Amino acid sequence: MPLQKCKYHLYLVAFVSPKEFEYHAPAELQEAFSLLKEHGDNAKILAGGQSLIPLLKSRIFSVPHLVDIGRIRGLKNVVENGSEIRIGALVTISDLEANNEIRTRFQAISDAAGLIGDPLVRNRGTIGGNISHGDPSNDMPAAMVALKARFKLSSQQGERIVDAGEFFIDTLQTDVREGEILTEIIVPEPRNRSGSAYMKLKKTAGDFCVAGVAVSVSLDQHGGLSGLNVAITAAGPRVIEVKGLEEKVTGKKLNEELSAIISTEVVNASEPAEDFYGTVEYKRKVIGLLTGDCLELAVERAKEGAKR
Amino acid sequence: MRIRITVNGNQEEMDVEPRELLADVLRNRLDLKGTRIGCDTSNCGACTVLIDGKAVKSCTMLAVQADGHDVMTVEGLSDGEKLHPIQEAFVQKHGMQCGYCTSGMLMTAYWLLSRNKDPDDGEIRKFFSGNLCRCTGYQDIIDSVKYASELMQPQEEKLIAKEH
Repeated sequence: MPLQKCKYHLYLVAFVSPKEFEYHAPAELQEAFSLLKEHGDNAKILAGGQSLIPLLKSRIFSVPHLVDIGRIRGLKNVVENGSEIRIGALVTISDLEANNEIRTRFQAISDAAGLIGDPLVRNRGTIGGNISHGDPSNDMPAAMVALKARFKLSSQQGERIVDAGEFFIDTLQTDVREGEILTEIIVPEPRNRSGSAYMKLKKTAGDFCVAGVAVSVSLDQHGGLSGLNVAITAAGPRVIEVKGLEEKVTGKKLNEELSAIISTEVVNASEPAEDFYGTVEYKRKVIGLLTGDCLELAVERAKEGAKR
Repeated sequence: MRIRITVNGNQEEMDVEPRELLADVLRNRLDLKGTRIGCDTSNCGACTVLIDGKAVKSCTMLAVQADGHDVMTVEGLSDGEKLHPIQEAFVQKHGMQCGYCTSGMLMTAYWLLSRNKDPDDGEIRKFFSGNLCRCTGYQDIIDSVKYASELMQPQEEKLIAKEH
């Protein structure tokens, strides 16, 4: 069964050992490309394994060949050049969480990193895995969409760059094509007077979330909004990008009234489904409240950033 | 597949199936039964071990992924019969009841204290959010970690702390 067709709930299935597979641990990207080309649909990329190994153990998903990219050098760097930050796909979530540059200027990424799974999971999990797994409940996609990140997909044919907003197609389905590996995450340096935030509601530590919201804002010289991007986690088959917000808010200062208008827009863009985590009505309410709180925090951070 | 891992300072070389999980290899092939398997779904943290000094869930890592890496299990804590200060602290402060989660708790405590010698309550709670205990209600575990941090401070620092 293709991975994206697996409607799953990990609490409701029995865990055993994974089905047999052949394991490949290439040391170089080129070798990984050859393996992916050779095995096509029969191969799956393994990074930290924090999403994939539970799926393999549950036998909801199995694959004849695992290509472990964990040993490939050069995918674990974080490089900043003044106009953007480039994050290697194998940078762990805990390294992101601990990174000071990211905490001061790319706050939504830092927030999301601190909310993924639990600290032990974050020690193994990678940013590339969290993004390319394509689970709408994963946190990094919303932060990426809100911050207008771009993803570098490498293959034997070369490289292509895809906008975060175009990357997520459906549940567990992304724009990574056969033979491609997500190798780098490129996030543009926020303008002056910018701030971002990510928040989510989860019922217990380490659980999947009810919903999550990522916000990134820019302010003009008078403190009015000059840019606004919002994305929602766990509110549809993929991360939801809320479009058309900017024209409605440009030049206006964030107050209770404007916050309520934005929250309503965000709630209306969401497509949550009723499940284990709550009814549609409940989730819409959660998304609205998270949006308000997240906006406030992002604007506060933008003002702090202006002072620096 | 042939793998080489360092476990508690000992070089181990063995053949494993790629699908074997690190937790199973430690328990069944190396007979290190201190590492527990609780939920087997990456939730409970009973299987926590250190890989290159970082705490991870060994039920959610393939043994082949550990090839070439340094693994530390709960058996690596004590020095022969002499308990590690973290173990001593858990005994003194009753940081356990049934004991099933304890190996994982000890390993997470070791990781936390290797990064921060003097963590506060909030930080301890945050670091332990991936380790579940169904007996203690966590308070005694937090007290144990704080006591361990005291026990692990060098004598001179303790004296200075007292003088102030």
